[in-house]
Amino acid sequence: MKKVIASPTFKKCITLGLTFVIVQILVSTNIINDYIFSTLTTICINIILATSLNLITGFTGQFSLGHAGFMSIGAYTCAIITLRNPTSLGFIIGVLAGAIFAAFIGFLVGLPTLRLKGDYLAIATLGMSEIIRILFTNMDRITNGAAGLSGIPQFINWGWLFLFTVGTIILLNNFIKSSYGRACISLREDEIAAESMGINSTIYKVIAFVTGAFFAGIAGAVYSSYYYFLEPNLFNFQKSIDILVIVVLGGLGSLSGSVIAAIVLALISTYLQSFPELRMVIYAVLLIVIMIFRPQGIMGSKELSLSVFNKWGNSLRRKKNGGIV
Amino acid sequence: MEQFLQQLINGISLGSIYALIALGYTMVYGVIKLINFAHGDVYMLGAYVGYFCMTNLNFGFFPSLLVSMFVCAILGVTIEKIAYKPLRNASRIAVLITAIGVSLFIEYGTMFFVKPDPRSYPPLTGFMAQTFHVGNLLITSQQILIIIITIILMIVLQLIVKRTRIGKAMQAVSLDGDAAQLMGISVDRTISFTFALGSALAGAAGILVGIYYNSINPLMGTMPGLKAFVAAVFGGIGIIPGAMIGGYFIGLVEVLVSGYGNSMYRDAVVFAILIIILIVKPSGLLGKETREKV
Amino acid sequence: MPILTVNKLTKSFGGLMAVSNVSIQLKRGELVGLIGPNGAGKTTVFNLLTGIYQQTSGTVTLHQDDEDIPIQGLKPYNVCKKGIARTFQNIRLFKDLTVLDNVRIAMNKNINYSLFSTFAHTKAYSVEEKEVLDGSIELLKILKLEHKKDELAKNLPYGEQRHLEIVRALATKPSILLLDEPAAGMNPAETAQLTETIYWIKDNFDLTILLIEHDMSLVMKICERIYVLDYGMVIAEGAPSEIKSNKRVIEAYLGEDR
Repeated sequence: MKKVIASPTFKKCITLGLTFVIVQILVSTNIINDYIFSTLTTICINIILATSLNLITGFTGQFSLGHAGFMSIGAYTCAIITLRNPTSLGFIIGVLAGAIFAAFIGFLVGLPTLRLKGDYLAIATLGMSEIIRILFTNMDRITNGAAGLSGIPQFINWGWLFLFTVGTIILLNNFIKSSYGRACISLREDEIAAESMGINSTIYKVIAFVTGAFFAGIAGAVYSSYYYFLEPNLFNFQKSIDILVIVVLGGLGSLSGSVIAAIVLALISTYLQSFPELRMVIYAVLLIVIMIFRPQGIMGSKELSLSVFNKWGNSLRRKKNGGIV
Repeated sequence: MEQFLQQLINGISLGSIYALIALGYTMVYGVIKLINFAHGDVYMLGAYVGYFCMTNLNFGFFPSLLVSMFVCAILGVTIEKIAYKPLRNASRIAVLITAIGVSLFIEYGTMFFVKPDPRSYPPLTGFMAQTFHVGNLLITSQQILIIIITIILMIVLQLIVKRTRIGKAMQAVSLDGDAAQLMGISVDRTISFTFALGSALAGAAGILVGIYYNSINPLMGTMPGLKAFVAAVFGGIGIIPGAMIGGYFIGLVEVLVSGYGNSMYRDAVVFAILIIILIVKPSGLLGKETREKV
Repeated sequence: MPILTVNKLTKSFGGLMAVSNVSIQLKRGELVGLIGPNGAGKTTVFNLLTGIYQQTSGTVTLHQDDEDIPIQGLKPYNVCKKGIARTFQNIRLFKDLTVLDNVRIAMNKNINYSLFSTFAHTKAYSVEEKEVLDGSIELLKILKLEHKKDELAKNLPYGEQRHLEIVRALATKPSILLLDEPAAGMNPAETAQLTETIYWIKDNFDLTILLIEHDMSLVMKICERIYVLDYGMVIAEGAPSEIKSNKRVIEAYLGEDR
C-alpha cells in the first residue's frame, strides 16, 4: 500500500504546484483581472464552506443549518484583529484566532445540541446561528452593529487563497480517511450499531462539528480579508442555505462533489447576477429536483442510486487510480 | 400593571397569528413527520392573496379571508403532491432539504412576480377601523378581530379533528400510518386533507397579519414561520392543543421581551427558548417520550 | 468460573414488564442459549446487556481478571469496550459501506493515534492503519469474506451479511459474544456452516457465547446450557435434554393453559 501511495502523492503535488504557478502567472499578467479574481475568491471560500459542512452533514450525517454562524465568527474575529494590527502577522493571527474561536463556539453549541436527531438538530443549529447574528448586530462597540465593519485591511492574494483552500481539502480528506472519519461515517449509517461497536457517538459528532466550525471560521476570515466590509446580515439563514445547496448538489459525503458544485454554482450565480430572484428560484428548483430524482447529488454513480452516501467508497477507488480528490 | 395588560393584549394578538401557523406545522408533522419549511411561505401567500382580493377585486375583509384560506388550501395540497409525495419513503434529510427548496421557490418565485418591495394593506373601514379605550388600555378592532377569528378557527378545527371521519383518519394516520392504511384509511387523501387544513389556517394568519401590521413582503413568512415552528415544538410537535399554547406563549414572550427588555433581542430569546426546550424536553410541553426500536 | 452474572434484571416500558427478575450466569467458555416464544423478551435482554436500554432494576456484572465490573448503566460503546459484543436480529450492518470498512469501524477502539496524526497522516497513522487493515483482513479470511472486502455490505447475500455481522462483532475483541438469531432466514446448509463457524470462533477467540435462536435443532445441538424465557421471566434453565422434557417449556411453546 505504502509503495502505491508514493507515486500518486507525487503526481498530486505536481498537479497542485502547476495549478498554483499557472494561476499565479495569470494573475500577475492581469489575464485574471479583478473581476475574475473575485469570482475565484468566491469559489474558494465556498469550497472551504461546503467541504467543511459536508464533513458535518454529508459524512457524519448531522444536519446543520448554522454554518453561516460559524463563518461570521471567523469573519468578525479576523476583521477586528486585522483592523487593530494591519500586518501580515496580524492577518495570520486573525485567521487562526477566527478559526479557533469558531471551533470553540462550535464546541459549546455542539455539546448540548448534537444529542438531537435530524430535523431537531437542523432547527437548533439554525436558531443558534440566528442568535449569533443577533448578538453581532447588537454588540455595537465591537462590531459596529448593523452598520457593519468597513475598511478591513486586505491581505488575501492568490497565494493565501490557494493555501487555505487546498489546505482545507487535504486536511478534511485526511480526516475522512482515518479511523476518526470512519467512526463519523458509521454514525451516519447507523448510530445504534456504531455505538454497539464501541463508537462514542457524542465525541465523534462533536469532533466533526468542531472541525467543520473551525474551517467555516477560516472561510469567514478569508471573506473578511478580501471584501473590506462585513455586516451581520451577510451571515443570515440564506447564507447557510447557499452552503447547503452546494453540499447537496455536489453530493452528501463527497468532498470532490462539493468542489465541483462550488465551481458550477459560482458560474451560475455570475451569469445570473442581475437577476437575484431568478438565481434563488433556480437554486430552489435544483434542490427539489435533486432530492426527488438524484438524492445522491451530481457525484453519485448510477448503480448506487438508492444511497446518498457511497461517494466515499467511490472517491477511494478513484484515488487509487491516481486522480486528485 | 396597565402596561403589562397592554402588553398582554398585544402578545395575545401576535400569539394568535403564531398559533394559527403553528397548527399547520404540527398537523403536518403529525401525519408525515416533516417540518414543512414552506409553511411560513404559504402564510405569506395568504397575505398576498388577501391583498389582491381587497385591492384589485375590491372584496370586503371576510370574503377575502375565505378566498385566501381556500387558495392556500389548494396551494398546500399542490405543494404536497408535487414536492413531498415523491419522497414519501426517502430519508428525513432529503425531505427536509426539499422542504427548504420549496420554501425558497415560493419566496423568490413570488418576489419575481410581485417585486421585493413591501406593499401596504388597504386600510379597513367602519367598525373594523376603530380603537377602543378601556381605562388606559388601547385595543384596536384589528386585535379583537384577530383574537375572535383565531378562536373560531380553532374551534372549527377541533370539531373537524374530533368529530368528522377525516379528522379521525388524521389522528389514526399520525398514530400509525401503516396500520391506518390496513384499516382502509386512504393515507394519501388524509395527508392531502391535512395539508389543506393547515395551509388554510396559515392563509387566514397571513391576511390577519396584513391588516394588523399593514405591510407585507415576499420574505415576511420566514421569521414568523420559524417562530411558529418554535411554538409547535414548545407545545409538543404533532399535538394540536400544544401548538395553540405554544403560539400564545411565543407571542407573549416576544412582546414582553420587546416591552421590558430590548426589542433587538426579541428573536434571539425565541430561538434560545427553542434550544432550551430541545435540550431539556425535546418532546415539548404536552409531548410524550418516544423510543427507537432496536 | 463465572464471567457474567445477571441478577434480577427487570425492565418495564410504561406499565408493561418486558423483562422481570431475569437472572442468568455465564461461565467462561460456555455456549449458552436463550430461547422462548416470540415476544418473550429475549432481544430486550440483549438490549439491556449492551446498554441500549437502561434497566428498571437489577444488576449485570462482568467478572474479568478477578475484578467485578458493573455493566448496568453503561453506554453501549462502553459496554463494548468492556468486552461484550453483539449482533442484531434484524442485521444492522453499515449497508452502504464496504465489507472492509464495516470491520475497520469495529476496530476503532484499538486506535490510539491522535487527532493531529489524523489530519497530518503521520507515521503513527500509517502504522496503526496498517495494523487495522491487516487485522480486518485476517478476520474476514476466517469467515471466508476476504474476497468480498471491497463490496458494499448491502450487496452481500443474506447469509454472508449474517456472517459479516459476526466478523464485525469479533473485530471489537470481545470476551463475550451475544448472537441474536444468527441462523434466522438461513437454509439448512447455511445453518450447518454457521454451526461450524460458531464452534470455531468460540475456541479460537476464547469466547463465551450467549445465543438467541429460534432454530431448535441448532440450539439443542450446540448449546451447553439453555435459559428459557416466557413473558419476560426465566421459566426454565438447564441442559438441552432437560429443557426438551420440561413441562413448562412445552406449555410455553405450545401455548397450553393460557
